Amino acid sequence: AWYILSHINLIEKQRETKGPPNGQVDLEVEKKEIKTETSNDGSGNNNANSSSPGSTSLGATSKSPTGPAEDQQTLLAVLQFLKRNKLNESVDILRREAGLSVEIDDSPGSASGGAGSGGASNSTVDGGDTNSLLSRVSIAIPAAPAVTAAPVPPKVTASGGEDQPDVNVVLSAYSQQGDPDLYPLYYNGLKKFIESVLDCHRAELSQVFYPLFVHMYLELVYNNHEVEAKQFFEKFSGDQECYYAEDLRILSGMTKKEHMKGNETMLDFRTSKFVLRISRDSYQLLKRHLQERQNNQIWNIIQEHLYIDIFDGMPRSKSQIDAMSGSLAGEAKRDANKTKVFYGLLKEPEIEVPLDDEDEEAENEEGKPKKKKPKKDSMGSKSKKQDPNAPQQTRIPLPELKDSDKLDKIMNMKEAAKKIRLGSDNLPSICFYTFLNAYQGLTAVDITDDSSLIAGGFADSTVRVWSVTPKKLRRVKSAADLSNIDKESDDVLERIMDEKTASESKILYGHSGPVYGISFSPDRNYLLSSSEDGTVRLWSLQTFTCLVGYKGHNYPVWDTQFSPYGYYFVSGGHDRVARLWATDHYQPLRMFAGHLADVTCTRFHPNSNYVATGSADRTIRLWDVLNGNCVRILTGHKGPIHSLAFSPNGKFMASGATDGRVLLWDIGHGLMIGELKGHTDTIYALRFSRDGEILASGSMDNTVKLWDTLKAFDDVELDDFTAATGHIHLPENSQELLLGSYTTKSTPVIHLHFTRRNLLLAAGAYNP
Amino acid sequence: MHSIMVVGMADREERRFAEVPRESVKLMSESAGVELSDELAALLAEDVCYRLREATQSSSQFMRHAKRRKLTVEDFNRALRWSNVEAIAGYGAQDALPFRPIKEGELFFVEDREINLVELALATNIPKGCAETMVRVNVSYLDGKGNLEPQGTVPSAVQTLSEDLLKYYQQVTRAILGEDPHLMKVALLDLQSNSKMAALLPYFVYVISGVKSVSHDLEQLNRLLHMVKSLVQNPYLYLGSYVRSLVSSVMYCILEPLAASINPLNDHWTLRDYAALLLSHIFWTHGDLVSGLYHQILLSLQKVLSDPVRPLCSHYGAVVGLHALGWKAVERVLYPHLPAYWSNLQAVLDDYSVSNAQVKADGHKVYGAILVAVERLLKMKALSLSLPAERGFGAQPGSGGVAGFRVSSPGLSPPPEPLSEAALGIASHLQGPGGAGTPWEDWTPVPLPAMYCELYSFFGDSLAVRLSTGPSLGGCPPSPPGPAANPDTARKMPQLTANLNVSPRQDGSPRPEPAPPSLAATRRNSSSRPGQRSVGPSRDVFPKARFPPPQAGPPAFSFLIGGRQTGRRCQGRRFQTSFSPAPPPSSAPPRTYAHKLPVIGRVGKPLRRWTCSHYSLHLPL
Repeated sequence: AWYILSHINLIEKQRETKGPPNGQVDLEVEKKEIKTETSNDGSGNNNANSSSPGSTSLGATSKSPTGPAEDQQTLLAVLQFLKRNKLNESVDILRREAGLSVEIDDSPGSASGGAGSGGASNSTVDGGDTNSLLSRVSIAIPAAPAVTAAPVPPKVTASGGEDQPDVNVVLSAYSQQGDPDLYPLYYNGLKKFIESVLDCHRAELSQVFYPLFVHMYLELVYNNHEVEAKQFFEKFSGDQECYYAEDLRILSGMTKKEHMKGNETMLDFRTSKFVLRISRDSYQLLKRHLQERQNNQIWNIIQEHLYIDIFDGMPRSKSQIDAMSGSLAGEAKRDANKTKVFYGLLKEPEIEVPLDDEDEEAENEEGKPKKKKPKKDSMGSKSKKQDPNAPQQTRIPLPELKDSDKLDKIMNMKEAAKKIRLGSDNLPSICFYTFLNAYQGLTAVDITDDSSLIAGGFADSTVRVWSVTPKKLRRVKSAADLSNIDKESDDVLERIMDEKTASESKILYGHSGPVYGISFSPDRNYLLSSSEDGTVRLWSLQTFTCLVGYKGHNYPVWDTQFSPYGYYFVSGGHDRVARLWATDHYQPLRMFAGHLADVTCTRFHPNSNYVATGSADRTIRLWDVLNGNCVRILTGHKGPIHSLAFSPNGKFMASGATDGRVLLWDIGHGLMIGELKGHTDTIYALRFSRDGEILASGSMDNTVKLWDTLKAFDDVELDDFTAATGHIHLPENSQELLLGSYTTKSTPVIHLHFTRRNLLLAAGAYNP
Repeated sequence: MHSIMVVGMADREERRFAEVPRESVKLMSESAGVELSDELAALLAEDVCYRLREATQSSSQFMRHAKRRKLTVEDFNRALRWSNVEAIAGYGAQDALPFRPIKEGELFFVEDREINLVELALATNIPKGCAETMVRVNVSYLDGKGNLEPQGTVPSAVQTLSEDLLKYYQQVTRAILGEDPHLMKVALLDLQSNSKMAALLPYFVYVISGVKSVSHDLEQLNRLLHMVKSLVQNPYLYLGSYVRSLVSSVMYCILEPLAASINPLNDHWTLRDYAALLLSHIFWTHGDLVSGLYHQILLSLQKVLSDPVRPLCSHYGAVVGLHALGWKAVERVLYPHLPAYWSNLQAVLDDYSVSNAQVKADGHKVYGAILVAVERLLKMKALSLSLPAERGFGAQPGSGGVAGFRVSSPGLSPPPEPLSEAALGIASHLQGPGGAGTPWEDWTPVPLPAMYCELYSFFGDSLAVRLSTGPSLGGCPPSPPGPAANPDTARKMPQLTANLNVSPRQDGSPRPEPAPPSLAATRRNSSSRPGQRSVGPSRDVFPKARFPPPQAGPPAFSFLIGGRQTGRRCQGRRFQTSFSPAPPPSSAPPRTYAHKLPVIGRVGKPLRRWTCSHYSLHLPL
């Protein structure tokens, strides 16, 4: 049944392959128009008039910079058109008149994929030029902002990795020739212009610099102007925002056309359009300038490689822009975050009263029934009233509760009753679990929800599990021994355990590479581990053996996590795809593709209907488990994201990155609502307290910091306008929100956990 | 096997990454038997650079996900493997590979020593420290307030010392600081070779840092310094950050006006000399750990030297300290400072009042130390000028002390230079392109003749005499028949210094009392007279320098030296005067002289015949 639900990505893939035929259609339309254009050729740059961004693709083609070459192209296109319509006579005549040699149009088309929809091989006339025409045209269409662009099909790197058939097509977009010496002039001209505009527009227009710079540089490199490219880079790389330094370093190393092939960063930049949000006024200003100057080079790049998301209203300030930019492909398009997200929690299952009552009676003797009563009532009332923001209870099928789960739930509730209410004046105690002698290199840690087990993944491929309670870890007896057990006895669960194997810790061998991600199942029966060897393994904590190895990612798997309801789990890795699995299927149920770089961390939403992934492309995406759609794209981090956490009420999310900043997000609106500055190194661990009042963050800089999230969420005023535009003004209040900073003894913090009573547990390896 | 890779930095402002020059590519291709054209090599080199950068970038991902700050070989190998490139075999070790420069030419290489598997297999020093990985929990912060344990204590991993270690620690410290000299010797020896006491290192370092509290007790200070020496020499110990603490303790002994020095009968001079030797030794063997300190130490030495308020014994310490850090340190700190310092010293030396006697005696000590340092500077500088190319010293790679030292500390791997240039080697390493920062960038070296001129103006003939004495006084050396020939002698100089120099020996003495075997001794004793047979380096430079008019009456100083000695021996002065105009033909007097000078101010303490003052003053010869 799961398979039927959808492999939406496959469909999307198909759509991707359908791309070229679309382009073909456009080409035909276009040629007809070109014909008309050639007739009134004298008024050459009518593209200036057809400026409305929503106009047809005509503008894009006729804007080629140089005259003669374009004429030739036009001619060729016409020829092609004639030929397709079997007007051979006219073809001959035209050709004779134009003095074109015959062989040109007979050269077989090469790069345009499955272009020949009609089986005709003449879709391409001349190798390079027409190709570029093709790809330019087909790409230029969604570029026009007024067209409701179909979501750009997410790029799924072929699992083989090496074969990327579209590389040439992608690159050929750069093959247009401009005078390399003019590039700095163009750029400088634009720079001067932007520096001269009004302050309110300058910040917005400055956004154009970085993508322009990159594309111009790549164009120079692609066309083998190595020296000019270097000069260009030296001259203008200093102007770029500091948070692009990482990408610039990669770019600076790329000086040859050959380097561009196979460089993933470069390909990402090419395949995805850099998204900018610019107010209408600023955009008009820019367009007018470029058209006045006839600065086609830059205009082409803007048309082809940039997606300018125009909004009406006040231009944004520099700080507003800076807060949102920084990702590999610019900001998220506004309509990317419009889908409704059901962020509410699922109704708590009704737990049989008798069990609960028994417990209560036991408690009664201690005379604490009053405390529990209201608690239970509140639970009951919560479950009665369906949260309007919650998804349907059965939106995705969830496993049924087993008896043991119910017991655990009761335990949980009992513990929760003793929970300490945290707040700015009541901070949690912190216990630190230090891994000593971890010369194998501790790479991942997880702690069970009830804080009874702790597991570590190590660089030497092992997974180690420790019991942190006096209860030792025991294995189930062998099959032969089990058959001798009286299955009717009351303590059968005790009897099946092999007392001889009791020990404080167990080592799980099976991976063949460092274990980067680790996660306990909610019922503590299983453990997941993801590793550099490309597999995710499921381990039984009853037998301490490996049950399944999930192969799907063919590259290192950076993170994995169980759903809060068990059964499902998510994994993400170097192949840029996050996958949703169910423990009893050896193939993934969903593939979440769309990130432009490695998926570095994966987290389930508390209601299990969504999955959040953080990536090295510096964006966070939220995916709908039901249909595999990407429902949120959150930009603002300036470095790869290494930690994510949902608030317990499901409404908010926190993310931490290598830039040392924690960002807070409102999931419902898809908005950044807070920025917590203070850490000086990568944040590897984030966790909300059980009631969500406090956020704990742990970092490589050997500190745990506590933040007042209650205040952070309260301070945000969300009126309709900001909600609609997403242009929030972030309060600069990190210092007020920071409740405490606690240093360890040269121990990087790589995991944080709040116990059910709100005691904060932190873990890391002592690093002398 | 990996060949040496030459990595040059192409124009810095243009590129921020290392490049492989095409010469390296050609070299490698040649070693594989392929001839490449320049053009092809350049292209290849460029591509290799790009691929390397790409691999480095992707390898950093593995580092980040392993939650480390240090990129390991394994990370790089993984990146290679995932991009379908053959991984590098044999370099999977966790610890960093030593990346060494060779000071001639900008050559850098990864040290790739051969490992004797038999030795490795039979080695009994398998590290015992690898305890089982475990998880410990401690309540760090209660209710978000306060740390229950004070910060900066010894980490808990170390606190759990086993019973045996504790006992060992107690016995060793008791033995070293106790009364029985024999016991002390045994304990020091064990400290120097024990492979299982890494966990105790912080404790020993702590004990040693107690020098400040026993500054009145020369004997204790001495023992603590010996402890430092043993720790430094222990090949199984990784000193890590503790080396700083050790260095600061040693510096304390060198520079501080110790309480013990109030009593003129206390031979704190020897202690300072020994401490200086130790400092040099630390820099020599642990250069990688302390390279960051070099500059800092130079500065503090300079500060002491330029502080006229400090007692002369501190100044003495500063001078021997500089001397221990190598002639370059002398050149850069002491030499420029000399004119200023000179006037102060002269005032002290010229005061013949009785009340000044003690201070004057101290002044002579300082004078002697400066003289020695400066002479070595001249000698080494001349040497470095005259034979820049002949650093190889292929002649005597395995001479006693050197070999012994190498064996004793395999992990420290001295570069293939003669030990005589220990300090020099480090200094140049620091100043070289690969070193940790190049200090003193605005410093320009003074040309040798000018330097000699100036020094001569201070020291007069005592300087000249000593310089030419070294290699060429005395009778004709019988063994090398043609030392007069230019190239020959030129090559001999370094040999001489190499052997003469004091390699820190294993037995704890900086240098055996009789000057190291055969060659050195004979050479020194049997060197010819000055002028008759001028030696390569000095011949070029010194004759010229000899003639500039000495401005200050230099002979007076040489007198004073002699006079100082007469304070104890009653004949130095006469000897000195008779010596300078016409050196006596017999070889004996100069030799005794050479021996005597270092003995300046040594109170009879036969126990340490090899003491440093002796040693350090020997060096320039």
